[in-house]
Amino acid sequence: MATASHTHDEHGHGHHDHTPGFVARWFFSTNHKDIGILYLIFAVFAGCIGVGLSLLMRMELQSPGMQIFADGQAWNVAVTAHGVVMVFYVIMPALIGGFGNYFVPIMIGAPDMAFPRLNNISFWLLVPALMLAVGSLFVGGAGTGWTLYPPLSNVTYQSGIGTDMALFSLHLAGASSILGAANFITTIFNMRAPGMTLHKMPLFVWGMLVTAFLLLLSVPVLGGAITMLITDRNFGTAFFDPAGGGDPVLFQHLFWFFGHPEVYIMILPGFGIISHVLSAFSRKPIFGYLGMAYAMVAIGVVGFVVWAHHMFTSGISVDTRAYFMAATMIIAVPTGIKIFSWIATMWGGSLTFPTPMLWAIGFIFLFTLGGVTGVKLANAGVDVILHNTYYVIAHFHYVLSLGAVFSIFAGFYYWIGKMSGKQYPEFWGKVHFWMTFIGVNLTFFPMHFLGAQGMPRRYPDYPDAFWGWNFVSSIGAYISVASFLVFLYVCYRTFTSKEQAAANPWGEGATTLEWQVSSPPPFHTFEELPRIR
Amino acid sequence: MVGEPHAWALGLQPAGGAVKEAIHDFNQLVLWIIIAVSVLVGVLLAWVVWRYRAAANPIPSRTSHHTLLEVAWTAMPVLLLIVIAIPSFRLIYWEDRAVDAGLTVNVTGRQWYWHYAYPDQGNFAYDSYPIQDADLKPGQLRNLTVDEPLVIPVGTNIRVITTGQDVIHSFFVPSLGVQKYTIPGRTLETWMRADRPGTFYGQCNQICGTNHWFMPIVVRAVPQAEFDAWVAAAKQRFAAEGGQAPAVATAPAAEEAGAQLAELRR
Repeated sequence: MATASHTHDEHGHGHHDHTPGFVARWFFSTNHKDIGILYLIFAVFAGCIGVGLSLLMRMELQSPGMQIFADGQAWNVAVTAHGVVMVFYVIMPALIGGFGNYFVPIMIGAPDMAFPRLNNISFWLLVPALMLAVGSLFVGGAGTGWTLYPPLSNVTYQSGIGTDMALFSLHLAGASSILGAANFITTIFNMRAPGMTLHKMPLFVWGMLVTAFLLLLSVPVLGGAITMLITDRNFGTAFFDPAGGGDPVLFQHLFWFFGHPEVYIMILPGFGIISHVLSAFSRKPIFGYLGMAYAMVAIGVVGFVVWAHHMFTSGISVDTRAYFMAATMIIAVPTGIKIFSWIATMWGGSLTFPTPMLWAIGFIFLFTLGGVTGVKLANAGVDVILHNTYYVIAHFHYVLSLGAVFSIFAGFYYWIGKMSGKQYPEFWGKVHFWMTFIGVNLTFFPMHFLGAQGMPRRYPDYPDAFWGWNFVSSIGAYISVASFLVFLYVCYRTFTSKEQAAANPWGEGATTLEWQVSSPPPFHTFEELPRIR
Repeated sequence: MVGEPHAWALGLQPAGGAVKEAIHDFNQLVLWIIIAVSVLVGVLLAWVVWRYRAAANPIPSRTSHHTLLEVAWTAMPVLLLIVIAIPSFRLIYWEDRAVDAGLTVNVTGRQWYWHYAYPDQGNFAYDSYPIQDADLKPGQLRNLTVDEPLVIPVGTNIRVITTGQDVIHSFFVPSLGVQKYTIPGRTLETWMRADRPGTFYGQCNQICGTNHWFMPIVVRAVPQAEFDAWVAAAKQRFAAEGGQAPAVATAPAAEEAGAQLAELRR
């Protein structure tokens, strides 16, 4: 009898659940799953803008000379917008707002986030933030790079309102992140189901917890720095102007005190996703769970005390450089623990290779490549000739464009059936993976060579000797952009599919709580609190 | 020799002096280590994917701990990092500043050209502008050629003092292994030495506005006698160029005072 009523409940949720109407559901939403989906839609939309800018940039760099950009300023504006959009409006909303919102409450057995209305405003702050960022492109933009270093970002050198719009855009995105972080921390500490101790928490939740702390502690520092920049620009203060007793290097310290934790903010949730995907498709529990969890904590903690490795040529003293060099290299240790534990998770398993698993395995290898070049860059002695070159561009695109983005796609294919109730087309998923894998490697691997030869970043035109590898890189970029179109096609095929996804399509390996509810989960997920043994 | 980028090259530009040679040695060590680590991870992944595919291994193990293994893969990277760190520390302290510098040059980055001064050679100074594509002579490199290179004597340790005037630029010559920001309000020091006569090309390496991509650096290293002759001629020439005179008189002096102050503060 109990079983029968249970089935009946699952079947009829739409009617019993008091689902609000369209406007109330999507515009005034307080439901973590709906807000998560809004975040994902937002990230895909912003992704189209970010990818579009990449395409323009690679078209410009395909051959020497100025092709499509009017001048260096227009180019610098595009470079800035590409960085800001990808970091703040694609990767962060997808990983943190999207997957974080949707799956953290489900994975810890909570009915929703702790502060649903706060959750709603976290999302809706991003919409004007993106509008400001994109709008600034049409009124001159910010030709500063995403690092916004003054004096170049001061009003003398960026006189238009575009830079102010970009700064306010970051302010709104930052406020959104801080509110979201407070929400996640509260939810994870207070709303776990009975039996879900911290040491039983899924690794994705661990990743989100560490990320939330990084956001809470680092984003206010960015807020302070850009507030000072805004008053420097508009109200005659001189925080960063040496003529008024200020110091441009102060901005670099403040920016990177935020900026370095930010790169871990973009990758830690992805670490969690990769762990779940590998475990599910190896049909084996995660190897060294506690080591994995505390490796993320260690990365988060050490990540706060390494920021000046971005400033080895800014004139910090040699002893300071020695410290930051040593501290930076230490991060390789917990990262190594994660890489080897992932391989050990697969070791002895019974591996199947549907699309999410391909992304996860690709992630491990490419993230390793991006990680080891980071070890080289950490050494100030050789960073002298690699700083600000394409070697750095290659390094951070390997960990972000190939690391964080691969983890986003791993999560997308792993969970889209759960979120939408429709399963993705396996064939097109694999086409998407292989095209992206080939495209991004062709794009970013030659950049190591360009950087070693000394090609500086943020150049719309370059000496002719750099032509060859730039051409290869542009071809790779076109393949990558085409693969993004395949992704949009996959989305289209998925949402128009007639096939209902099963509650757990992945079998016994998928053990976290989201696989115990229907696909998509009921509006309030759990009718009664699940118990974790 | 000519220190310049080469088409389809894979590695670093050839070294023009001692600093860059030291960087090469260290780079080689780290490169082999990171290649070894990447190959290890790649081979392990390939092996796991092949050996433990569902068809070959239908029943998964339940192993989720192995203390010795976990200690090993924590300790091994630590050892590797120590192997890297020891030469790395030696390198940065050696790279830091010139010992027994025979010449000091002041470098100022400006939108969008370089300004060089020779404070201990009678304080003359001049600007170094890029050559537009239309004005290039045959054989000159596009986007890399300037009208007045920075001239230095071969085999001498050169103290490089960088200052900024408008925005931050970066004085970057890959083949000499030297890079330093030029920051307004700051005076920074680094050094370089060319052990072979030749021309060494570099470019501004910190985003500095619309012509960031078009402010190349050329360092010409010549034998001491030739350098002395060049200095004698340059004093006359740059003093004769009227517009330069006040800059020669004031700016380098201020820069030197700044440099001395920075020296005292350390």
